[in-house]
Amino acid sequence: MTDTFTMDSPQPRLLDQTGQGVVGTPMNRPDGPHKVSGRASYTADTVMDNVLHGVLVRATIARGKITGIDRDSIRSIQGVIDVITDQRMIRNPAQGMAGEAPVQPGDAVYYHGQPIALVVAETFEGARDAAQRLNIRYETEKAYVTPEGTPDREVADPETAGDFDAAWKAAEVRVDQKYTTPSHAAAAMEPHAAIADWKDGSVTLRSSLQMIRFNKKELADTLGIEPAQVRILAPFVGGGFGSKLGLGPEAAAAAIASQKLGRPVRVVMTRQTVFDCVLRRSETAQRVRIGATQDGRITAISHDDTVSNLDGEGFSEPVSQASQFLYGADGLSFTQTVARIAATPAGSVRAPGEAVGMLGFESAMDELADSLGIDPVELRLRNLPDTHPMDGREFSVRGLADCLREGAEQFGWAQRGTAGTRREGDWLIGMGMASAARSSMLVKSAARVRLTGDRAVVETDMTDIGTGTYAILAQIAAEMLGLSPDNVEVRLGNSDLPGASGSGGSFGANSAGSATFLAARKIRARLAEQLGCSEDDLTLQGGRARGGNREMALTDLARDEMQAEATIESGMTAKSHFSSGFGAHFAEVAVNEWTGEVRVRRMLGVMSMGRILNEKTARSQALGGMIWGIGAALTEDMQSDRRDGHVVTRDLANYHVPSHADVPGDMQVLFLEERDDWANPIQTKGIGELGISGAGAAVLNAIAHATGKRIYDFPALPDRVIAAMEAAL
Amino acid sequence: MRPFDYFRATATGDAAMASGQIIAGGTNLLDLMKIQVVNPETLVDITRIEGLSEIVCHGDGLRIGALVTNTALAHDTRVRAGWPLLSRAILAGASAQIRNKATTGGNLLQRTRCPYFYDTSQPCNKRTPGEGCAAQGGSGRMLAIFGTSEHCLAAHPSDMAVALTALQAEVEIRARKGDLRRIPIQQLYREPGDRPDRDTVLEAGDIITAVILPAPLIGSRQVYRKVRDRASYAFGLVSVAAAIEMEGDTIMRAHLSYGSVAPHPWTDDAVAEMLEGQAASDALFANVADALISEGAPHPDTEYKRTLLRRTFIATLRQLTVLADRSGTDIARTQA
Ligand SMILES: Cc1cc2nc3c(=O)[nH]c(=O)nc-3n(C[C@H](O)[C@H](O)[C@H](O)COP(=O)(O)OP(=O)(O)OC[C@H]3O[C@@H](n4cnc5c(N)ncnc54)[C@H](O)[C@@H]3O)c2cc1C
Ligand code: SF4
Repeated sequence: MTDTFTMDSPQPRLLDQTGQGVVGTPMNRPDGPHKVSGRASYTADTVMDNVLHGVLVRATIARGKITGIDRDSIRSIQGVIDVITDQRMIRNPAQGMAGEAPVQPGDAVYYHGQPIALVVAETFEGARDAAQRLNIRYETEKAYVTPEGTPDREVADPETAGDFDAAWKAAEVRVDQKYTTPSHAAAAMEPHAAIADWKDGSVTLRSSLQMIRFNKKELADTLGIEPAQVRILAPFVGGGFGSKLGLGPEAAAAAIASQKLGRPVRVVMTRQTVFDCVLRRSETAQRVRIGATQDGRITAISHDDTVSNLDGEGFSEPVSQASQFLYGADGLSFTQTVARIAATPAGSVRAPGEAVGMLGFESAMDELADSLGIDPVELRLRNLPDTHPMDGREFSVRGLADCLREGAEQFGWAQRGTAGTRREGDWLIGMGMASAARSSMLVKSAARVRLTGDRAVVETDMTDIGTGTYAILAQIAAEMLGLSPDNVEVRLGNSDLPGASGSGGSFGANSAGSATFLAARKIRARLAEQLGCSEDDLTLQGGRARGGNREMALTDLARDEMQAEATIESGMTAKSHFSSGFGAHFAEVAVNEWTGEVRVRRMLGVMSMGRILNEKTARSQALGGMIWGIGAALTEDMQSDRRDGHVVTRDLANYHVPSHADVPGDMQVLFLEERDDWANPIQTKGIGELGISGAGAAVLNAIAHATGKRIYDFPALPDRVIAAMEAAL
Repeated sequence: MRPFDYFRATATGDAAMASGQIIAGGTNLLDLMKIQVVNPETLVDITRIEGLSEIVCHGDGLRIGALVTNTALAHDTRVRAGWPLLSRAILAGASAQIRNKATTGGNLLQRTRCPYFYDTSQPCNKRTPGEGCAAQGGSGRMLAIFGTSEHCLAAHPSDMAVALTALQAEVEIRARKGDLRRIPIQQLYREPGDRPDRDTVLEAGDIITAVILPAPLIGSRQVYRKVRDRASYAFGLVSVAAAIEMEGDTIMRAHLSYGSVAPHPWTDDAVAEMLEGQAASDALFANVADALISEGAPHPDTEYKRTLLRRTFIATLRQLTVLADRSGTDIARTQA
């Protein structure tokens, strides 16, 4: 029943042949009414009898050892039950898809802000009070907290194709620029939370997590128990942006405390704690070199970067990911350096790699276009490679050229004019653009579909982190079984259900969607058999089955429950073909010539990202991504103290995600019709992260066009814009 | 947050006698209590006291009760017509939700936004005098450039107070024993010196009961220009509150105050004097702006504020005196 389908060859476009007509429509989310009326129960909303409250205590040194915890300092606080320290506590959240425990530090402190103990009390207020007043004694060690200052640097072997050095030397026109981006916080709306409850030797964990299949193993490994003893529930997740991929310290601590105290324990991070210890996006220092011939053929591409992380963390921000396949060249070279620092560890935050790498790379492309005197859209069109420049794979389907042309047309790019010439009062007006790219993946995923009469249930441990999973899985099952989506119930976020990819890397819809599709296809086969026709002959529509000159209501045909489970895995097509979402971003900005303030006046993203499963949730994803692009370009700036590495911008008043006023009313998204036959059997690509990839660069390039001057340290805060403009004088 | 006694005052006299920490909208105080930067033993809730929530005429001016919300004040038709600068300054601050809760008294007395003040793992003289100042040598983008001391570099974050300063408002204070006094708003705040924990001259038991606006500056042009790190809902980097009275091209009176650059709304009499009686010109504004920022920044991270203040000052005056191309700009004018 759980045989695995491997994606070895293109599959028929069944979703274009079925007749229900719900896939792709802008259907409302079935979970929407629950969310807006407060009935959707997020982790911290769960009411449980007899629950205890835990609050994490943070380390306040950058590196060293805990030598004592003065429990007397909080004894007088009412309701305090215990201060829990335990060898099994974890230093930081697991990296995405780790499937094993992160570092368990014992009494070692690796960074300022590390959770080192859990205070448990009868009330949240009591626990928080005690956690803040608990006296900890340390032995401190020397710590290096900045990427520039640390001697501990790991330089990776360059990734190359062709001979970059020769191509660079021979290039007629060269751009060689350095860029920096600061750390970013995921800044999900719902703070990280967990409630753990031990009963009869197994633990049930409610937690805000993106990848339950992996989180289950992470918790089991952390606690030293079998995965079968772990149950995880995450039916609703209030945003993730990467920060909930892995099991967090709050979940490990809640489970340990519940086991010890024999009562359910609830741990909700304060916003400050989220900033202190949830994985951040690394700051980056980038050097981009692009060489070209006078007539605009790119011959040399190099994108080197330095990022940081804490020792023992395998993740490093893949800065040059998109630079490796967007444009072709005779020689390409990419070298990454990881600086090891004693600071909040780094991990995946929305579109790791592209979100910041494309700010540098696509800015350099813009500068190259300037140097060559070639239109930036045209420069890109001239340099699209035939195959993946690094490994020679075919592109599955690449709509980049169409996106660039369509976007230029729709945006009125032809009216752009010369840089630094358009003004309205004190405001300088400019237009900019950038390509968008984000590689697409298929990750092992399982789902079960049950059909009884004209009602179906989809079951998988997949999560909906606000993206629309409940909607699209209902649409896929409804389409395949000829039902109204109202008749499909989707059950998610429960580790008892078949294990899915989880939400991350924009692969959730591809993976969990395909598994749902395949499970439903099995049911179609059985319905065809019962009806006495071939599968190809079967039409399911409006709760009726037709085929081989017979027609029957599903309520008659499927009187007893039919159940099918399917698992999908990536296969040969991924080896022969490279699948990526592509697009083009266009932005118009106004820059105040006195104050350096930047206002985005309008934006357009044209995207080709495979089959769109739900036009509305897809649009929300794309818009959300583009807004985060504005954030990366203009506002987001996580600051750390240069002496002890602690996060200085520890709340949302100081860490600036874009506000409504930063987002133009005129924000357009256009999807080009596309099917990716090589990607998966539903012909989709990842969409969530494509929206941010390149969007910020379009804004930055528009600033350059408005002012005639470039900024290399992002975000483009007013003082930086002024400094760039003054350099012009 | 530590456990506290809660006392709900129904008259100003009760509130003063209860000798605890006053809570009004709570939008700043509760945050500070949660992170244990402020740990009052008694909270005195003044929001049920009658007579503190009204805006009433006071001669040619207005008397604004301490409990008038920021939203109510900003939207009052009299304020919008007579003191548009005030309305705009308030609306340039915080968010609609916060302004609905925030009060006039609380806004004046909100604490600094220096991030080290909000983090009890870091030494801060404003929390505990003598402990040290972590901002020095740390991240200082939001710090002040004027009026600081070696003990504290923090800026006052209120936008409303900057407008009130330019408009020469007075603050009415009721002392514990019941006597009322009125002081110009500039005299409410004190510079840090070696006691940065004391933001104002208020003594224990003092309650702000009202803010008094003098008669409107009829015919003046008014602007509140705030520059921040995003378009809305962010504390200022610098701001300029300006009310200018002109005759032809000549600046007759200039009422100016500057925000987010000092431990209190900053004023510089010399600047106003340099402007008054002069014809508006770019050369004049550039000269005056240079004088305004002649002092050096005490923290490397705030060096930019000098340039930004200079530019914002010039842009604001150009806008008000119509030197700037006025397309797209809108200037509030007071109405009689
Ligand atoms: C996220 C965020 C962003 C913000 N952005 C801005 C901004 O951009 N610009 C801006 O100007 N402000 C901003 N604010 C601050 C906001 O304006 C203040 O929090 C608010 O004005 C405080 O008013 P309150 O009534 O809530 O004061 P409370 O929090 O109740 O009190 C503040 C202080 O004043 C004292 N107090 C209150 N009333 C009296 C009285 N009548 N007599 C004596 N003492 C009194 C209290 O004891 C306390 O010490 C922001 C706040 C937040 C949380
Ligand atoms: S600048 Fe003032 S508020 Fe900030 S840390 Fe120093 S003493 Fe504290």
